[in-house]
Amino acid sequence: MSNSIIIGQYVPGDSWIHRLDPRIKIVIIFCFVVFVFFANTALSYGWLTLFAIATAASTKIKARFIAKGLTPVWFLIIFTFVLHLIVTREGTVLFEVFTFPIYSGALIQGFSISLRFFLLILVTSLLTLTTTPIEITDAIESLLHPLKKIKFPVHELALMMSISLRFIPTLMQETEKISKAQASRGVDFKTGPLKDRIQAVVPLLVPLFVSAFKRAEDLAMAMEARGYRGGEGRSKLRELVIRKQDIIALGLFAFVIVVLFLLRS
Amino acid sequence: MDISFNEVSYTYQPNSPFEHKALIDLSFQIDSGSFVAIVGHTGSGKSTLIQHLNGLLRPTKGEIKIGDYHIRAEEKIAKVKALRRQVGIVFQYPEHQLFEETIAKDIAFGPKNFGVDEEEINRRIPILMEAVHLPLTLLDRSPFDLSGGQMRRVAIAGVLALEPSVLVLDEPTAGLDPKGQQEIMDMFATLHKKKNLTTILVTHSMEDALKYADHVIIMDHGQKYMEGLPHEVFVEKDKLQQVQLDVPEVIQFLQAFEAKFGQTIPYQGQTLTELARLMQEILKGEQKYV
Repeated sequence: MSNSIIIGQYVPGDSWIHRLDPRIKIVIIFCFVVFVFFANTALSYGWLTLFAIATAASTKIKARFIAKGLTPVWFLIIFTFVLHLIVTREGTVLFEVFTFPIYSGALIQGFSISLRFFLLILVTSLLTLTTTPIEITDAIESLLHPLKKIKFPVHELALMMSISLRFIPTLMQETEKISKAQASRGVDFKTGPLKDRIQAVVPLLVPLFVSAFKRAEDLAMAMEARGYRGGEGRSKLRELVIRKQDIIALGLFAFVIVVLFLLRS
Repeated sequence: MDISFNEVSYTYQPNSPFEHKALIDLSFQIDSGSFVAIVGHTGSGKSTLIQHLNGLLRPTKGEIKIGDYHIRAEEKIAKVKALRRQVGIVFQYPEHQLFEETIAKDIAFGPKNFGVDEEEINRRIPILMEAVHLPLTLLDRSPFDLSGGQMRRVAIAGVLALEPSVLVLDEPTAGLDPKGQQEIMDMFATLHKKKNLTTILVTHSMEDALKYADHVIIMDHGQKYMEGLPHEVFVEKDKLQQVQLDVPEVIQFLQAFEAKFGQTIPYQGQTLTELARLMQEILKGEQKYV
């Protein structure tokens, strides 16, 4: 099925990016997402690209695999680029395509916006590629912890997140299984008029919902049976600890940002 | 329909860190009308194998022939719908595929998709309900009101409603009570004979394989490990244990009998009663001589 989509898919590995504290990773990526918008010269863009690619390389995940996973997003990036070419009318006219003028400003705008897009998606997918969903939720719970003071249900939110993340692969497997079973009973999901194809979804969705509700019920029962009663006083199996390498990573990232601001105009 | 696999390989998610070779150069023949058991440890490639039988998966390498249909690695499968009509697959836990409002509608769903006319479908439904031991009074009930075992029967009826000539069963009795298991397997055995089906049974149960199949294929790590007549394959205790499989109880008992009394009883698909009588005769005979 959708084997090529890697957004949200963890690739096991043992690179130092994999071993970083997930909180540090989230903080760095969050900052990166903000600072991408500060780049405004070719050099600053180049610097951020270098950072992103160097990080991607140090995860030791095959470049081809990452690139393949980004395929659904390429379309969006190219679309943004073309849109900018058509809409922006700044700078001088460089050349004409079928009597349609292409401005230099449009080229620069289109290029930088698409590059931003690419960087954002690359770096954020590196987070999910190198961090297990459980680590991510643990990190979010820990980062949001201060909000507990204003009665924000941090633990419950993290629990909801980890449960839904946990069930994504299960539901995908289930979808695949049921669609295969129905295909064997003559349902055609891929060809035929649109109306028929929409109708073909019903035999897929009904069993999927039935099993999702059943799973939810079973899970609730199992949690209750094991005495779960929320976050109060609950200890953790995996404690998150900031180590030396995490501090180094933060330092490196701070350096990247400082250089970025030096390269800005 | 004759089925043949010719050096079939299948790889999940090729060229990714998750690459997994599920089938490796698998070749075998299944004659039309035979009852074949495919046995193997979890993850040996059984489920991947059966999905090739109606074109749900296409081999990454090799060629499959099912009657007149050819499935090759390079090309799209022609007439896949016609093939699926011929090959009915009962998947593991088939009750998960139920979705219609009433049982009658769910059974009719498959044949309707293949363009069988209403009249013919209505003729088939009561016959099917009888075959799977469900009362006709249930026909207008929702399949979700039923017990797990009954749902399984409805789902099986839904596949049988296609009147396939090849019937593929992926652990059809998993999770049923012993009586239900027996009933369902006996039903398949009867159907197999009556409709002259080619039946392929994927199972963990050596007992079922021994009892119903006339040909056994043992899979291990995507490859064919052993193949042959059930009573020939199942006596090779050491070889079976290497792939975490057990010798069926009947054969275990016959082997123990041989060790104790020095008398060999060749297993040829006898029933338990027949075997018991045979042993009785042998032992009585022994007593006479001693």
